[in-house]
Amino acid sequence: MSKRIDVKDLNVYYGDFLAVEDVTINIEAKSVTAFIGPSGCGKSTFLRTLNRMHEVLPGARVEGEVMLDGDNLYGPGVDPVTVRSQIGMVFQRPNPFPTMSIRDNVLAGVKLNNKKISKGEADVLVERSLKGANLWNEVKDRLEKPGSGLSGGQQQRLCIARAIAVEPQVILMDEPCSALDPISTLAIEDLINELKDQYTVVIVTHNMQQAARVSDRTAFFNIAGTGKPGKLIEVGDTQTIFSNPVQKATEDYVSGRFG
Amino acid sequence: MTSTLTPVRSKRSALTKGQLPKYAPYVVLAAALIAGAAILALVGFNAFGWGIVSAILFAVGLVSWSAAVEGSRKAKDKLATCLVVGSFLIALLPLFSVIWTVLVNGIPGLLAPGFMTTSMNGVTGVFDNRAVEDGAPVIGGIYHALLGTIQITLLATIISVPVGLLTAIYLVEYGNDGRLARAITFFVDVMTGIPSIVAGLFAAAFFFAVVGPGTKTGAVAAVALSVLMIPVVVRSSEEMLKIVPNELREAAYALGVRKWRTILKVVIPTAISGIASGVTLAIARVIGETAPILVTAGFATSINSNVFSGWMASLPTFIYTQILNPTSPANPDPSSQRAWGAALVLIILVMVLNLAARLIARIFAPKTGR
Repeated sequence: MSKRIDVKDLNVYYGDFLAVEDVTINIEAKSVTAFIGPSGCGKSTFLRTLNRMHEVLPGARVEGEVMLDGDNLYGPGVDPVTVRSQIGMVFQRPNPFPTMSIRDNVLAGVKLNNKKISKGEADVLVERSLKGANLWNEVKDRLEKPGSGLSGGQQQRLCIARAIAVEPQVILMDEPCSALDPISTLAIEDLINELKDQYTVVIVTHNMQQAARVSDRTAFFNIAGTGKPGKLIEVGDTQTIFSNPVQKATEDYVSGRFG
Repeated sequence: MTSTLTPVRSKRSALTKGQLPKYAPYVVLAAALIAGAAILALVGFNAFGWGIVSAILFAVGLVSWSAAVEGSRKAKDKLATCLVVGSFLIALLPLFSVIWTVLVNGIPGLLAPGFMTTSMNGVTGVFDNRAVEDGAPVIGGIYHALLGTIQITLLATIISVPVGLLTAIYLVEYGNDGRLARAITFFVDVMTGIPSIVAGLFAAAFFFAVVGPGTKTGAVAAVALSVLMIPVVVRSSEEMLKIVPNELREAAYALGVRKWRTILKVVIPTAISGIASGVTLAIARVIGETAPILVTAGFATSINSNVFSGWMASLPTFIYTQILNPTSPANPDPSSQRAWGAALVLIILVMVLNLAARLIARIFAPKTGR
């Protein structure tokens, strides 16, 4: 239950503005790939093109190919909704649905799409997803309480449970720990380590230690200056990127000399 | 016993300046009331003037005492407090005055037997004359007008809410601030400013042209009220939809939920409490409209339960006609009593709607708690 992503010559535009230029990257199945780089270098923008979430913003468009196990996400007639049900996403700020209980939040992907599900199946799915997100033991006695009553870290794990409940092939995470305290961050990082047994995980992070801790491969993005497009500078095994990068800019960034 | 090294101060703290005693405002208030009464006694006493003069004396007295003891910063603070509280009282005065007047004048009408359960059908000046001259009970009631008001307002709501809500959804979710969206926003703003009588004339003219001349029914009035209601509903729903965080929409999209389902099942449920209270306030705004109903539904003295045919009474037009054309021109008192009673019922209706709006907002509000 996981697929690889191959991106070829991808340009991302907002209107006429070229935001990310010429990205080619292969993301392996059942691995964790981290995107690092300074603010505004387009790593989040690029991440959102991997499940066509950037299209939510008016004027955003893409040139190039993103292949999910050989199927182009941007091929003619591809429905973005189908793409998103295969490639899930976790956002920077935890965003559980405030009108729903914890249980309904986990089932949101099923219920919002009006899929029929029996109560027994729903119970199994809720338990499996919450266990998958390491949240089951904390919330099993209050599944009918609103999701917004949880702590920030618990809310973020609830959002991860919600994402894995629709059984995607790939999970994208856009700075999932930047709004969380160190303990919650640790919980999420442990979870990411477990998730990669089943899913392809792509994570954007500002925290280089986090990238070093959780990822198998790391991609470094950089920007030449304000108004210039962001570029993929280097991608490789995490160990190589942090100890022996090819590019000077990568070395400067990971050693803390800039950015 | 342990002793502290802090010396006991008999003087006040070096960190404070002079302070007025706690009872100062009450002393000044009492003095101002007495002085005000004395001044008014010179020119002829009346309660209204007493209040005004005392208020001014109170403000001047308190502020100058404070300036003498506490310094200018505290004095300015007291002046501002006086102004704010004064403005608040002035703003509340008309409200209480209206409620008091309507209560005093309306309760006898409301308590008259059959007031809520009978219509004005067959009630003629003869009965009113008898009521005044022989002390017979005032008969006749507002049942037909209440029924008309409820039917007309309900139909107007049924027309306005879908139109207004869908317009708001288009503006927020699909409009992208494009040319059409901006044009709609502009015309909604224009519609907000339409005088109600013009809305009535529009609805009347529209039905005269489409159905036939002289078409006056409750439904025409409902259309006129919708013209007034739609912009209010659009505006309030739009604001409510706008404050739904974008993150919730993105969360739903990222789960592979279609846009229309996202709107229906995430955006609207999140905003429903605000939308519902906005709709209720819009209803409260049109329920008291008189002019558009007069020109569209005419006036009736008997019960008409069919909103689609025949003239129909409503509470505002009932009040209007009872005051302007008393049932018995020689003895207008019974008519005026009925009009006040109807006014009281109308105010109660509006208050109930406002309370309902709060209740709805609370029931639908996103739940918090652990």
